[in-house]
Amino acid sequence: MAHLSRDDVLQLANLAKLHLTEDEIATFQAELSEILGYVEKLDEVDVSGLKPTTQVAGLTNVTRADTVINYGLTQQELLKNVPATMGAQIKVRRVL
Amino acid sequence: MSWPAIRELAASVQSGKTTAQELVEQSLSAIEQAESYQAIIATTADRARKRAAEIDTQIARGASVGRLAGVPFIAKDNFLAFGAPTTAASNILKGFDAPYQSTAIERLEAEGAICVAKANLDAFAHGSSTENSDFFTTKNPHDISRVPGGSSGGSAAAIVLDLAPFALGTDTGGSIRQPASFCGVVGYKPTYGLVSRSGVIAMASSTDTIGPLARTVKDAALVLDVMAGTDPLDSTTIPKDKAGYEIDSPLDVRGKKVGVIREYMREGLDPAVKIQIEQAIEKLKTAGAEIIDISLPSLPYSLSIYYIVVPAEISSNLSRYDGQRFGYSDKNAQDLEESYVQSRTKGFGAEAKRRIMTGAYVLSSGYYDAYYNKAQTVRTKLINEFNDAFTKVDLLLGPATPSTAFKIGQNTHDPLQMYLADVMTVGASLVGIPALVIPAGTVEGLPVGLQLMAPQKADRMLLSFGTSAQQILKEKI
Repeated sequence: MAHLSRDDVLQLANLAKLHLTEDEIATFQAELSEILGYVEKLDEVDVSGLKPTTQVAGLTNVTRADTVINYGLTQQELLKNVPATMGAQIKVRRVL
Repeated sequence: MSWPAIRELAASVQSGKTTAQELVEQSLSAIEQAESYQAIIATTADRARKRAAEIDTQIARGASVGRLAGVPFIAKDNFLAFGAPTTAASNILKGFDAPYQSTAIERLEAEGAICVAKANLDAFAHGSSTENSDFFTTKNPHDISRVPGGSSGGSAAAIVLDLAPFALGTDTGGSIRQPASFCGVVGYKPTYGLVSRSGVIAMASSTDTIGPLARTVKDAALVLDVMAGTDPLDSTTIPKDKAGYEIDSPLDVRGKKVGVIREYMREGLDPAVKIQIEQAIEKLKTAGAEIIDISLPSLPYSLSIYYIVVPAEISSNLSRYDGQRFGYSDKNAQDLEESYVQSRTKGFGAEAKRRIMTGAYVLSSGYYDAYYNKAQTVRTKLINEFNDAFTKVDLLLGPATPSTAFKIGQNTHDPLQMYLADVMTVGASLVGIPALVIPAGTVEGLPVGLQLMAPQKADRMLLSFGTSAQQILKEKI
């Protein structure tokens, strides 16, 4: 039965770019442990000789012609939901 | 009051017997009167009225407007559409103004249909009850103390309430079929890839599908026919069946081999629901279908496969919500990292966080092989078993859900308990096959849905059989 430690949960929160309160850490610790414990059922399945399935559409290398298609959208329309812009650029906070 | 069949409705608009504007008003009025059920997040009233006026003008000029002329419809709020924000019922997308529409809606509008409202859902389609909506829970119209199912709960409730002739939903692990079962309406999950996912907010890319909810299989089939087919904007789409999906003459069920899935009919299934399903099977048998017992031994593992693969894909798909290009962005963040963390933490609900973290775990270095790779390989085993079953039968049959609609609040304390509601629907999603749910009976006034499945790309046959089956079962909606 998978048991996640407090550190495990903090590591996952970090990977997911989430901040958790103390209560949330405890709750998620219990819930995630339960979920991961349940899915461990798969340990008992023999899959020798089988490959993983990554897609069920049965397609390979779907390509299109290298031509420009005009969808009738302006740069302005595409940027209208951006929280902060400077002209046609997306403004972000300092990285370092 | 019930809407006429979609084909007839469109014909009456095209002929001038009724107008698109009248139909839009009828729909908006019904939506207003049904407000207490909270099926709808927002209407697109202004735009719908404008489009209806344009359509009526075109018709007056003698133009042919399309196969869905003037037909109102409701779209689950994870479909990008004009006329109202697209929120996915999440605070992180409150007020998001879609710059383009989903291909599915574009195709419906090209045939004259009119989107009148956006339906409630579990946020980001994560859920089986609409209780995970960041805004409110939709009430099951059959019993307002119960859930309508999810995640397309608003869409299913809208059909029961006659808000529009059809609604759009998405089905990743049962999100069209389970609410269709809980609400007693028709819900259709097509073959994976048959309907473009362009412009539909992604949940799990290897199982996400788009499909219709309606009162009849015939109506659902017509809507599918309009939406289906390859889309250059979605490279996972497959071509339409050359014969299309509109059902003119229902399939003769006599001699059709229907495999009842043993694993779905045993413990875990509510005994009263089981009786309804068995009675439905009897009716199909009397009508001439050949009923065969089929076992799919890996089905008991399907929920485990699902809750590894799907959270993994969710964690990837939700990484785009970073507060930089769209969606909620925390104003007080001091640097980029804080902006990511605060925007996501404040914007996402608990279930989204739960699934993102589960996904991060199963994909993380050291665990990837044991969890994700193993799950995808057991998935192969499941696919092989389904393929084998389809060499023996034409269709597979089972219940859609282990119980009738549960009470609001009943499963919210235990995420795993909630996940178990999907036990009968995730199989078809993992394998990519089409599945139809039609009303089969009731237990203490609560609807029970019958689920039918067919091989990949056999949508036409499944819908045709389903049309007959719906007539045979004769359940009132």
